[in-house]
Amino acid sequence: MIRMEVSLVQLRAGEKGEIKRIEGGPMFHNKMASLNIRPGKVIIKVAAQPFRGPITIDVNGRRITLGRGMAMRIFVEVGG
Amino acid sequence: MKILIMGNQNVGKSALFSRLTGVNVTASNYPGTTVEFKEGMMKLGGKPAKVIDVPGTYTLEATSRAEEVAVKMMKEGDVIINVVDATNLERNLYLTLQLLERNMPVIIALNFWDETKHKGISIDVEKLQKELDVPVVPTVAVTGEGIKKLVSGLNDAKAHGHKHSDKEKWARIGRIVKQAEKIDHKGHTLLERMEDISVNPMTGIPIAVAIAFFMFYIIRLIGEGLIAYVFEPLFSMYTPLAMGLGNILGPGLVHDILIGKLILGQIDYVQSMGLLTTGLYVPIAMVLPYIFAFYLVLGFLEDSGYLPRLATLIDTLMHRLGMHGLSVIPMLLGLGCNVPGALATRILETRRQRFIAATLMAIAVPCMAQIAMIFSLVGRYGIAGLGIVFGTLFAVWITLGLILNRFIKGESPEIFMEIPPYRIPYMSSLLKKLWMRMRSFLREAIPYVLLGVLIINLLYISGIVGIIGKAAAPLVVGVLGLPKEAVGTLIMGFLRKDIAVGMLLPLGLTLKQLIIASVVLAMYFPCIATFVVLFRELGLKDLMKSACIMIFMALLVGGLLNIIL
Repeated sequence: MIRMEVSLVQLRAGEKGEIKRIEGGPMFHNKMASLNIRPGKVIIKVAAQPFRGPITIDVNGRRITLGRGMAMRIFVEVGG
Repeated sequence: MKILIMGNQNVGKSALFSRLTGVNVTASNYPGTTVEFKEGMMKLGGKPAKVIDVPGTYTLEATSRAEEVAVKMMKEGDVIINVVDATNLERNLYLTLQLLERNMPVIIALNFWDETKHKGISIDVEKLQKELDVPVVPTVAVTGEGIKKLVSGLNDAKAHGHKHSDKEKWARIGRIVKQAEKIDHKGHTLLERMEDISVNPMTGIPIAVAIAFFMFYIIRLIGEGLIAYVFEPLFSMYTPLAMGLGNILGPGLVHDILIGKLILGQIDYVQSMGLLTTGLYVPIAMVLPYIFAFYLVLGFLEDSGYLPRLATLIDTLMHRLGMHGLSVIPMLLGLGCNVPGALATRILETRRQRFIAATLMAIAVPCMAQIAMIFSLVGRYGIAGLGIVFGTLFAVWITLGLILNRFIKGESPEIFMEIPPYRIPYMSSLLKKLWMRMRSFLREAIPYVLLGVLIINLLYISGIVGIIGKAAAPLVVGVLGLPKEAVGTLIMGFLRKDIAVGMLLPLGLTLKQLIIASVVLAMYFPCIATFVVLFRELGLKDLMKSACIMIFMALLVGGLLNIIL
């Protein structure tokens, strides 16, 4: 299968992916890491709200809702 | 000795705090229930010790205001009880390792221990203890399991102090989790399957609407039931007593203040306006039943873990209004009473968001006491009038939000929150929370109601209401189309809005006037108790700004209704 890197926004609901990189400064990295969103974690996209609404993901069985602007800066690898 | 209770958000710190100190604090199933730190005392080896419930934090690198508070408070403690969610070990240990670096004695309460079993998680406490080199005690804070052991373990709390980089911390956490935790994946439980249905927009929005209608239905059912079968009969037993007292007093000033005016020779509990008649009847027999019903249903929603899902669904709308999804919490709490609603605006990150949330709540979210009175008064004319009152308030909420979002400067960060798993609420903690809220209603409402009734009687008797009425006539009569006597209700509204709405009854208003008066009373100014809290939360300058918006909007909307209806 072809591996490809997409942002959390592009990932489809129900799809699984491994976090590869997070764009942003150390503050943003820390903020994400505080809820266990960090490179190497495998996440599942649970839902996306319409009209540019927030994204909900599953990390280690925990659901986290994050704004679309944040989700755009988190890239995961799918497939493989 | 000072004991700090620290941990991630929504891991049961407040429940543990209540267990240790016997001080009741609100605990719910959503992140950020505790926006203010709480202090209490406990006995430790015969000596008193201070216990502090620190707002939840995910990291000590303060990324939000609550976390800043937590870091500041750390400096004052002697020992830390680190509450760790046993069902989410990996992430919780990040804060634990940060705490261990601070050279303060730490003991770990491994909370939600009961939930690990049905989640198929098994944790080797011995190994975890060895790896972390601090005492670890499994607990279930809401039932009290493990609390004794935790307290007796406080003396063994250990300090470390080696610094590690973030990368090293996560690597260490990886090793610890691998050593001490085993997850045996069971099939998804019914509750777990419901979790995704309620955040998926296709199914979640209909569910949210259904829950709102169901909530409304239950509140009316319980509220009306209590009034008809408990409080009405209670007060009809009380009537001869009050009438007897009135006869003993005879006509005069004291009678007017205590019993009030008799209508056709009888006490009319809504209209008489005496301290011992209306002053007791309105808060107890008209408002309390609805307060009870509302907080019962709200407590259930809070403890089940539904609210963060609602926050997710409503986030997009809230963004258009300059806030984000979590502001649904101050709005909902505001429906009970605007005071906790105003406090809950702290859940939002920036000053701009807090200002918008507080203003919108104070102006367009009537409290349950006021809603109960509006239902009783306007509801007599059928559902249409109620629809106009609440529809108008909702339209104001949306419109003003859109406007404030355009013109208020500052940042509006996006939502970022954990959604807790669904939990079946513990009956004991539900009832305890309900009781606390009822008690604070009785303590705060009744004195204000009595004071308000007293003051308004004195103002009427001394003729001051008449003077103000004449001065305010151009606005009250000219713009709003109300009789000038209605100015008395506006004065009362500063003190208690429920009594103020009740005072509309003797004025003999038309339905149109009742609608206008109800809307204006809801909007024009917060009651004194809310005003004080808003002053503390917003500061003088922002409060003044907010108050000007309220007065202006109330006149504008009241005037428009007067023209349209």
